[in-house]
Amino acid sequence: MPSQSTLSREMLVNAKAAHDQAAAQPSADRLLAVAAGHEVPSEVHEQVLAENPVLEIDRFNLWYGSKQALHGITMPIPNNKVTALVGPSGCGKSTLLRSVNRLNDLVQSVRITGDMRLNGDSIYDPRMDVIDLRKRMGMVFQKPNPFPMSIYENVVYSLRIDGENNRGVLDEVCELSLRGAALWDEAKDRLHDSALGLSGGQQQRLCIARAIAAEPEVLLLDEPCSALDPIATGKVEELIQELRGRYSVLIVTHNMQQASRTSDYTAFMYLGRLIEYGPTTEIFTKPILRETEAYVTGRFG
Amino acid sequence: MNFKTPRPRRLRSAHSSLNAHGEAWVWLTGGSLALAIAMITGLLLFIMIRGASTFWPAAMELVELKDGRAVLGEITGREDFIDRSNGTAMHVARKLVRTANFDITGNHYEWFDEGAIASTSRPEWGTAVERMEGGRFHGFPLRILDKERVVAEGASQTWQAFQEMHPAARKRFREALWIDRHDRGALQRRLRAARLAVVQADLNAGRESRAYLSAVVAEKAVIASVAEQSMALDAKTASLRDQNAGWGVEFVTASGEKTILPLALIVRAWQPNRLSTAGKCGVYFSRWWEFLADDPREANSAGGVFPAIWGTVAMTLIMALLVAPFGVLAALYLREYAVRGPMTTAIRIAINNLAGVPSIVYGAFGLGFFCYVLGASIDDLFFKASLVADNQPTFGTGGLLWASLTLALLTLPVVIVATEEALSAVPNSMREGSYACGAGKWQTIRRIVLPRALPGIMTGLILAMARGAGEVAPLMLVGVKKLAVELPIDGTFPFVHPEREFMHLAYLIYDVGFQSPNSQAARPMVFTITFLLVAIIALLNVSAIWFRSRLQRRYIAQHF
Repeated sequence: MPSQSTLSREMLVNAKAAHDQAAAQPSADRLLAVAAGHEVPSEVHEQVLAENPVLEIDRFNLWYGSKQALHGITMPIPNNKVTALVGPSGCGKSTLLRSVNRLNDLVQSVRITGDMRLNGDSIYDPRMDVIDLRKRMGMVFQKPNPFPMSIYENVVYSLRIDGENNRGVLDEVCELSLRGAALWDEAKDRLHDSALGLSGGQQQRLCIARAIAAEPEVLLLDEPCSALDPIATGKVEELIQELRGRYSVLIVTHNMQQASRTSDYTAFMYLGRLIEYGPTTEIFTKPILRETEAYVTGRFG
Repeated sequence: MNFKTPRPRRLRSAHSSLNAHGEAWVWLTGGSLALAIAMITGLLLFIMIRGASTFWPAAMELVELKDGRAVLGEITGREDFIDRSNGTAMHVARKLVRTANFDITGNHYEWFDEGAIASTSRPEWGTAVERMEGGRFHGFPLRILDKERVVAEGASQTWQAFQEMHPAARKRFREALWIDRHDRGALQRRLRAARLAVVQADLNAGRESRAYLSAVVAEKAVIASVAEQSMALDAKTASLRDQNAGWGVEFVTASGEKTILPLALIVRAWQPNRLSTAGKCGVYFSRWWEFLADDPREANSAGGVFPAIWGTVAMTLIMALLVAPFGVLAALYLREYAVRGPMTTAIRIAINNLAGVPSIVYGAFGLGFFCYVLGASIDDLFFKASLVADNQPTFGTGGLLWASLTLALLTLPVVIVATEEALSAVPNSMREGSYACGAGKWQTIRRIVLPRALPGIMTGLILAMARGAGEVAPLMLVGVKKLAVELPIDGTFPFVHPEREFMHLAYLIYDVGFQSPNSQAARPMVFTITFLLVAIIALLNVSAIWFRSRLQRRYIAQHF
């Protein structure tokens, strides 16, 4: 892919320049520097750049009104891998995630610069049909949000709105998606009951089934376990493990153990900036920055 | 550093603080609720008891006065008053007696001082008679006459013969009435249609045209056939009326006057002092049935209210059908599409203010716009012949459709506000979930938002229906009439006549209660009609609530 190489080279150059600049600064703590409003470079491990990206975020800035929430985020999301976004509350993880499928368009005061590319197609191109774009992605939210209809109709919702009414196709997609979300055995006898009768954990897996029913190119998970109990959380984490390799997953989480257990790559964000981004094992065991280590080990944040 | 230990906060005893315990507030809030419940149930009970007891056959009392007069009637009330007529103030009790026999005495009711009453008794043969005209009659049966011939003599024989002959006579009477009202009405309508066709052809093509000539020929044919059919009907009704003519029941009143009542004009008669409880129930229910199923008589103060029930229900349902789509669509735009700003706020305030506009203003608007502008243009386009030939507007005057539209307008704010509330109660996470699935705005609204908001929308509609069904003032201007026996749906083409004027229970309450020449006799009817109206509104509401709870079970279940 041509875009990959350009982005990588550019990023490396940028990163190097910023790195040199930061090294020249007296204050070594980048988090304090960020808090003081200084520019800091992002430490991006080379291994990330070697991956084949499904989604490229390119110098992305975002403002809510006059308040800037994202500062020049540049990161490639590897294909068919699980990438976790971690960082303290208010660091812009969810905003970044919601920018990927342009859900932030619904907020009137949002303004952006920069771009994102999904398999090479510019997401913020004015000619991009946002409805088509969202059909290429699936999203799961913090709180389970099943629709007020049957389990079956919930799963095949994205097909229904495309006008698919062939019973055979719908049945097949429903079963495949529910199996994919590890909910089939629990739900197969009550497919036509209200989805609102499921337990919280089941509802969240139903939302995952709904998200994967349309065969998305990227799966966006916005703290999918934060409203669930430990057992339901375990099931959803297991499910993410199973999705690994088949889907490109971008997951926002507050839970360091969850990030380390489920993801291949981890990005650490702070106050709207990407601080460090690399393979999960390296981020958790030998990160480049002390600040990252402090955060993932719980000494800060 | 020098820290001072803070002085420990003095704890106030919880017993000293009424606020903390909040018991005063429990009493206050609970008391308010109790007061509201007491007022509502009190009013309903009062209406129910008065309304339901109207038709109960009360005992017939023979009241003999000290001055030698005697009256027969139902004692309906008693009151204390201060009599100042002879200089000194005296507490006096008096009784209200329904004496009936308006045609003889000129009164329906009469007050008697208790001091003036010599005795009261309940004579076995005291009879109450409901007549087609002239109100109630109270007296004792003497004999049954066929012209001059005496058929039965003496109270018990007369009563027996009356009960045998009365149903057949009433049946013939009703048959003749039906022929007069409906069959003859149909003939009249045919004549009118033919006449209007001629006028229409004249208007369309002029007098020399072939269409006009053929319409004239057709009219002649219709006139001939109607005349022929009319003769046949005449013969039929004449024979029915002949069979009834001459039959009469002679009664004597308590004061000794003899009167012959034509048999066919007696609606029903009963002797409450002889009736068992079951017999009284029979009379009670037969009067209820007449009330619910028959047309009114005697300036609406007797008979039934069927046309008004029909009009009320039809108008309320049509209003609901009209207001629901308008209100829901308007609220959808306001809540889902419109960009929030000063404009939407202004619109919202305007809608809320609309709910405070006096309803008579809506009536005036309905008359001025719907009847005189919209209706007049419809008449001009489609019903010109009637306007030209009879100077009679079709849609250009009040009618069921315009009344329903006016009330739809009146209840629109209720529906819009309730729908907006329901829409804002739909969690945003559901909308986002739908957008994230690639659904468009309208798909999200139709598949997620609307089903979820439907119970709330139904609540608004229930409120609107209750408000609309109880409204009187605007209806007086846009089509409700004192008497309109022809229903807006009947057997004549095109079966549905939304332009027709109609009757309405709420208006009937006003009419019977305050416009009736015989207000004392009409008063029990007012309670009964009110009771009926409240019952109908309650029934409409209960069915809507049942429907809503079904929707709720379907769309909003509990979490976890």
